[in-house]
Amino acid sequence: MSTTTIVSLPDQSTARIPKMNFLTKENGLLSWLLTSDHKRIAILYLISITFFFFIGGSLAGLIRLELLTPQSDLMAADTYNKVFTMHGIIMIFLFLVPSVPATLGNFFIPMMIGAKDLALPKINLLSWYLYVFGGCLVIYTMAAGGVDTGWTFTTPLSTHYVNTNVMSTGLAIFIAGFSSIFTGLNFIVTIHKMRCPGMTWFRLPLFVWSNYAGSILMVLGTPVLAITIVLVALERTVGIGVFDPTRGGDPILFQHLFWFYSHPAVYIMILPGMGVMSETISTFSRKRVFGYTAVAFSSVAIAVFGFFVWAHHMFIMGISNYAALVFSLLTMLVAVPSAIKIFNWTLTLYKGSITFETPMLYSFGFMGLFTIGGLTGVFLGSSGTDIHLTETYFIVAHFHFVMVGGMLMAFLAGIHFWWPKMTGRMYPEKISQLAAVVTFIGFNLTFFPQFILGTLGMPRRYAAYPPEFQILNVFSTAGATVLGVGYLLPVIYLVWSLKYGAIAGSNPWQATGLEWQTQSPPLAENFPITPIMDHEAYDYDWLESQQAKEVASV
Amino acid sequence: MSNQQEMYEQEHHIVSPMIYLTILGALLVATGLTVWASYIDLGEWHIAPGVTLFWNPVVALAIACSKAILVVLFFMHVKYSTKLTKLTVISGFFVFLTLIGLTLSDYLSRAWGRW
Amino acid sequence: MNEVQAEAHEHPAYQRHHFETIAQQFDATNFAMWLFLLTEVMFFGGLFTAYLIMRNWYYPAFVEASHQLNIGWGTANTGVLIVSSFTMAMSVWNAQMRRKKGLVACLLLTFVLGLVFLGIKSIEYTEKYEKHHIPGFHYSMSSFLDPASDPEVHNAYPEDKPLQLDMARHTELYFFLYFAMTGMHALHMIIGIGILAYLIVRAQAGDFTTGHVTYIENFGLYWHFVDIIWIFLFPLLYLISRH
Repeated sequence: MSTTTIVSLPDQSTARIPKMNFLTKENGLLSWLLTSDHKRIAILYLISITFFFFIGGSLAGLIRLELLTPQSDLMAADTYNKVFTMHGIIMIFLFLVPSVPATLGNFFIPMMIGAKDLALPKINLLSWYLYVFGGCLVIYTMAAGGVDTGWTFTTPLSTHYVNTNVMSTGLAIFIAGFSSIFTGLNFIVTIHKMRCPGMTWFRLPLFVWSNYAGSILMVLGTPVLAITIVLVALERTVGIGVFDPTRGGDPILFQHLFWFYSHPAVYIMILPGMGVMSETISTFSRKRVFGYTAVAFSSVAIAVFGFFVWAHHMFIMGISNYAALVFSLLTMLVAVPSAIKIFNWTLTLYKGSITFETPMLYSFGFMGLFTIGGLTGVFLGSSGTDIHLTETYFIVAHFHFVMVGGMLMAFLAGIHFWWPKMTGRMYPEKISQLAAVVTFIGFNLTFFPQFILGTLGMPRRYAAYPPEFQILNVFSTAGATVLGVGYLLPVIYLVWSLKYGAIAGSNPWQATGLEWQTQSPPLAENFPITPIMDHEAYDYDWLESQQAKEVASV
Repeated sequence: MSNQQEMYEQEHHIVSPMIYLTILGALLVATGLTVWASYIDLGEWHIAPGVTLFWNPVVALAIACSKAILVVLFFMHVKYSTKLTKLTVISGFFVFLTLIGLTLSDYLSRAWGRW
Repeated sequence: MNEVQAEAHEHPAYQRHHFETIAQQFDATNFAMWLFLLTEVMFFGGLFTAYLIMRNWYYPAFVEASHQLNIGWGTANTGVLIVSSFTMAMSVWNAQMRRKKGLVACLLLTFVLGLVFLGIKSIEYTEKYEKHHIPGFHYSMSSFLDPASDPEVHNAYPEDKPLQLDMARHTELYFFLYFAMTGMHALHMIIGIGILAYLIVRAQAGDFTTGHVTYIENFGLYWHFVDIIWIFLFPLLYLISRH
């Protein structure tokens, strides 16, 4: 590890948290529950999604415990089905989809564009309440006995063959979906209409571009999930037959409608994380992002192409061979913009001045693990190989590499990167670096064996498996334990840092974004006067000239 | 009136009631037309063996699309709106058409059998 | 109010503080309403997709089932909604011209026309209930297995042949889509009428004739959108084939 660091903190003996900031502006529970301040809403979201993350994580722990032995001995097969279903639903809808947009996006998009707030602050608050309501319904579902259809609710299983709580789960996701739609809607309007003077599209931080692309997917894709849930609910209650083959319906129709949202959903989840990567990699190499325009357009390209590929989740389900061919070809296309981003970040590192603070460690983890996850996605997009690998642990490993090795690491990178700005305090560097390394090791130990298990033929969503697969499963569970430690540590030291962390000052990372040019924590109205953007994004020369002009001491 | 209010009225073109009335007339006429057309057998077009296009639904949809376009352009002021608004409307329909089109690509090609 | 205070607060009272100018507020909220309408397009889009597939698969069932819908009521409803779109557009014009009486009158007309639409719809739904054509609730296929048993429709469409049993079963699918699509549409109408009532009260208080047209314009967009959905539902459900 390099001993140089770019961290530049104010003199700790005289530094204080600024007296006037968005946290001190008002007090009391109602000032939080009825706030229209995007920063407070971001913090509310952060607390809620962390809560649901640990519930989902505990369910993951239960899965891995069950899979320690080949028999279904820890829980009955039906219970195991419920556990992995709830794990998927909570992690996808209540954690990954809102993770970066609702916390970091809400907090920083207005600041990055020089605005006082999002365009529709009350809708933002409504969005949080809808999220919480959806989350409470999910908890109710778990208490009422769970649902065991898998998070994909495949028909006719979910409509005709189970007695579990499909309706309440559907309602929960319906409501949480609207939370997502309103967040995305807010971002699109804000980014189009509320940029400060001088902030042209190509001066925006790439974090904003990525969230913009993700928001387009949220707004256009999520309503289709909503209507699909309505149709499933009607099928279950009235029994009209639109998904029932015995009455002339088609179960594949459900899958077309479901995956029309759920494929863009994975891009909704990953794009904001990619936005974080652009910020951290640039800051910790002291270099502007290589190929800004390419990275910006590739975000939009992912969003657009993401709408054309959904049936690659359905290759073995009964779609025609011709459709499989078309969707397979389109899937190859959608891999290209993601690869462009990885190339551009790598070239940003080249001849950069790299330091290894925690956000950068997570970023390195992202680049390696997302690349592996993405490449394995290409194997799955090719329908010939997909026929053998689908519904095995290969798929499980693939999406955990991109979602956990990719997105979750990006989320942690972002939380650590912007923690000093949100709270005014630095987290403790050594233990956080340790946590990052522990997470990386634990992750690889957990999920790499699953690629092998998948190619060997172990099917997913089964509580019992042939005994020859046990060793790899034991490795996987051991890794999961290490991973759990790696995720618990940040909660502990971040909370610790709220009281005992070093005072961060306005720009501890010497970063270039507008959010770093004002105090930490920020004022309620973000900036004392509306900023005027007169330099390009990631302009470290401009930053140097600003720092030369700053009065360091009196 | 203040400067801001003047700017507002310049930017927001006020559409005259005569235009609204004309569009109303056109919409009602189109409604009558589509009802009348449904009572007539408009025949078909045999494009290729096994591929036939029936004109009735085509005409009905064409009339419906025209009515929708009139409402969007004039009642919803899109004709007088910014490029962004126009782009937004088009992108919405584009994604909707993608949903229908690519889903149909599966259903229509099922009957083609294996390779 | 002294000069300093007046300068500091020179924007109209209805401008929210996070916007720099009124124009920005209008632009942003208008754009937001358009994006919301996009979500509605995709929401109904799923239903249209299901309809498209089922109609292609079971065309004879759809044709005969659609003959059970009264074309008079359907056309009347289409006319009612189109006129209500006109009165809504006129409301926007009245608000822009700051004519309070005109605004309230046009909003009231739109409100009444909306209620008329829902009234006609409930007449149609009651007819379906009486003939046991509501899927899942004692659904009856007798009108399709033996058209002669349904003299009202049989006289209008004497060429309708009795359907085979499995095709007759699929008429239930048609009615499901009929109720799902028109029901979802009616739900949006009810919400719209509710909001209209609120707008009428505020318009009467003079809130929308001071230059603050945003609420009326944005609600107008929503109302026109609901009209457009019906413009498509009408031919797809009522006019499948009447020859």
